[in-house]
Parts: sequence; C-alpha cells; structure tokens
Amino acid sequence: MTPNSSTNDVAETEPNNPVSDETSGAAPAAPDEASPIRATAWEIVRTFNEISLSSFGGGLSAWSREMVVARRKWMNDAEFLSAMTICRILPGANQVNLAVFVGTKLNGLRGAGAALAGLIAMPTLLLVGIAALYAAFQHSHAVQHVLGGFAAAAVAMTLQMVWKTGRTTLTSIVPILLFALTFVLNGILRWPLWWTLAVTAPLGIGWAWRRAHRKAQARPPGAAS
Amino acid sequence: MTLTLALQLCSVFGITSLLAFGGGNAVIPQFEQQTVSVHHWLTAQQFTDSFAIAQAAPGPSTLIVSLLGYRAGGVWGALIATAAMVVPTGLIVYGLAKVWDRGHGDKPFRHALQDGLAPITVGLILAGGMVVARQAESHWVQLAMTVVATVVLCATKINPLIVAVCCGFAGYVFSA
Repeated sequence: MTPNSSTNDVAETEPNNPVSDETSGAAPAAPDEASPIRATAWEIVRTFNEISLSSFGGGLSAWSREMVVARRKWMNDAEFLSAMTICRILPGANQVNLAVFVGTKLNGLRGAGAALAGLIAMPTLLLVGIAALYAAFQHSHAVQHVLGGFAAAAVAMTLQMVWKTGRTTLTSIVPILLFALTFVLNGILRWPLWWTLAVTAPLGIGWAWRRAHRKAQARPPGAAS
Repeated sequence: MTLTLALQLCSVFGITSLLAFGGGNAVIPQFEQQTVSVHHWLTAQQFTDSFAIAQAAPGPSTLIVSLLGYRAGGVWGALIATAAMVVPTGLIVYGLAKVWDRGHGDKPFRHALQDGLAPITVGLILAGGMVVARQAESHWVQLAMTVVATVVLCATKINPLIVAVCCGFAGYVFSA
C-alpha cells in the first residue's frame, strides 16, 4: 500500500477525504496534460445517493446538475449537458444512464457501479415501504396536495436548470436559435426525441465545428505543425 | 421465487430496457401490457398506483420496475427486476463512456459535439418541464407555487430541498 499520493486530487468541496486509500489502487487513465477529474467510489456513492434522495416528486436531472456541476465541480455545463443528450439517445432510463456515464468518467468501472448503487439502492428500499403506506393513504386529499406541492417544486427546479444552464451555454444568437427550435419541435409540436435531434443535432454540431475552425484559423497562421 | 419466474422477470425487464429509446417512461405501456395482461403479476389498478408512487418517490421513476418485480416475486422479484432493468443498458453506457474518455485530449470533434449539443439539451429540458407541468393537475395554487419557487430558486442560492419542503407544506395548507 503506497501512501496517499497527491495525484488523485479530489474536489475541494470535500474536506473529509476518506482515509482509506484502496480506491486509488485502480489503474489511472493514461496520463494527460490536463489531468482528468477523478473521485473515489465512496464519494460517488454518497453524491448519487444524495441526488436520488433529494428528488422526491421529480427534478432528478436538475439535482444531478446541481451536485455534479455546481457543488462537486466534476464536470462543466457543456460536458454535462452533452452527456445528458447522449444518455437520452442510448436505450434505458436516462437518469440511470447519466449516473453510469458520470461514474465511469470519474472512476471507471468502480465509478459506474458506485454511481448506480448510490442512485438506486436507497430508493428501491424506500419504494417498497412507500408502496405499503400508499395503499392506506392514497385517497387522502392532504397527501395528494403535499405530493402536488413536491411536483410543483420539481418543475421549478427544472425551470431553474434551464435558467442556469442557459446563462452559460446560450451566449450568442446561434445557440439561442438552436435552443428555441429544439423547444418548439419537442415541447410545442411534440415531435419525438429522434425526429427533433435528427433536425437540430447536425445543425448544432456543424455550427460548433465551423466555429472551432474559424477560431483555429484566427490564431497565428504560421503555426502549421 | 421459482427459476421460471426469475427468467420471466429477466426477459420482461431486460429486453424492454434495451428497447427503451427515449427514456424509461417511453416503455411504460410495454410494462403494463407485459405485467398486467400477459403475466398477471398485478392488476391494472395496482399498476396505476405503482406508477404514481414511483413518480412521487425519490429516485429515478424507472424504479417502478422494483414495485412491479415486488408484486411478482417479493423482495427477490424486486431485486431481479431492478437489476434486469439497469445492468444491460448500464454496460452499454459504460462501454461508450470508456471510449469517450479515451479520446481525452483536445479532440476537436468531441468539443464540437459538446458545444453543439448543449443548447439543444437546454431546449429539451424546457420541453420536458412543460410536459410534466401539463400532466400535473393544473390547479392555480400549484401553478402559483411553481412560479414563486422558480423565481426563488433562480434569484437566490437557497438549497432546493428547502423549497421542495415548503411547496409540500404549502400544498398541505391550501388543501385544508
């Protein structure tokens, strides 16, 4: 057992690093100039457990962003948002996929398992308990209204996420148009996800690609390698 | 829990999860058909209740499969159904995320993909929020709560949990 080397630099927001060093035994990814952000399996389990338990009534993706981007700073908005869409395209439950994606990025297979366990272990246990209570209380108006309140808060969190991510990503006219077009197609006209993306994704990726090329050309032109 | 039942749970939830393009809610009708009409693990009313519980309870709403599995085969049924739902697709995502991560340097296409998809995702999130808001009983109290909570969340750094608890409490007060 080597002592805790400083290569595994965890997020600063976590003052209480676990003392045990076992998680750093996993082979790190090939060294990079910009060393990728890593996290221990235990941190990943705790974070996704917190995300999951916070999301009564919904708002799970907003909670995921709140924890992964805003608090832990494991990803930036562009990275997180594109991961969300990739996870929507893949089969399976979006939020489960997103957890696995984030976990894999942070700690490979261990991270994926940790994120999955954190996300679903406690809620699965809770659900079975709640199911028993629900039978007794489902016709209670008070319970219905409390649940309605939670649902309202979940919608509010989703709208807040639009506000927060919009401020970091909708920074010029083209992204604003892409955002508006996607919303109209999917939210107003109710096009299915695949049709919506078939129209908007090529436009968005093409725009970002051309913009990157223009930026590259604007840099010193003699720097041909 | 018989072996037959375990295999049935694996096939119903495992195969359906692989067909769940567009998220877990897209396959709810498929689940209903399989668990209620084909296998008779629960009644249509129990299915509707399970859906409502999974929506309101913390965690991914796709965990409705835990409840369906529980009705079919108790605690083991719940575990098998849940594993069948998340493990196969989880492996696919894991594989893709690995490939994604390997091209770590400054791959231009990866950056174009990220920057190009980000604004589109914001549009999809807003569309999703609209759909959920429309599904909820559009009582004016709930609408007002949504507006107030949104403003509070955007304007302050308050912990969203506090807002959620306040909304739940407000819902209770206004129901009286």
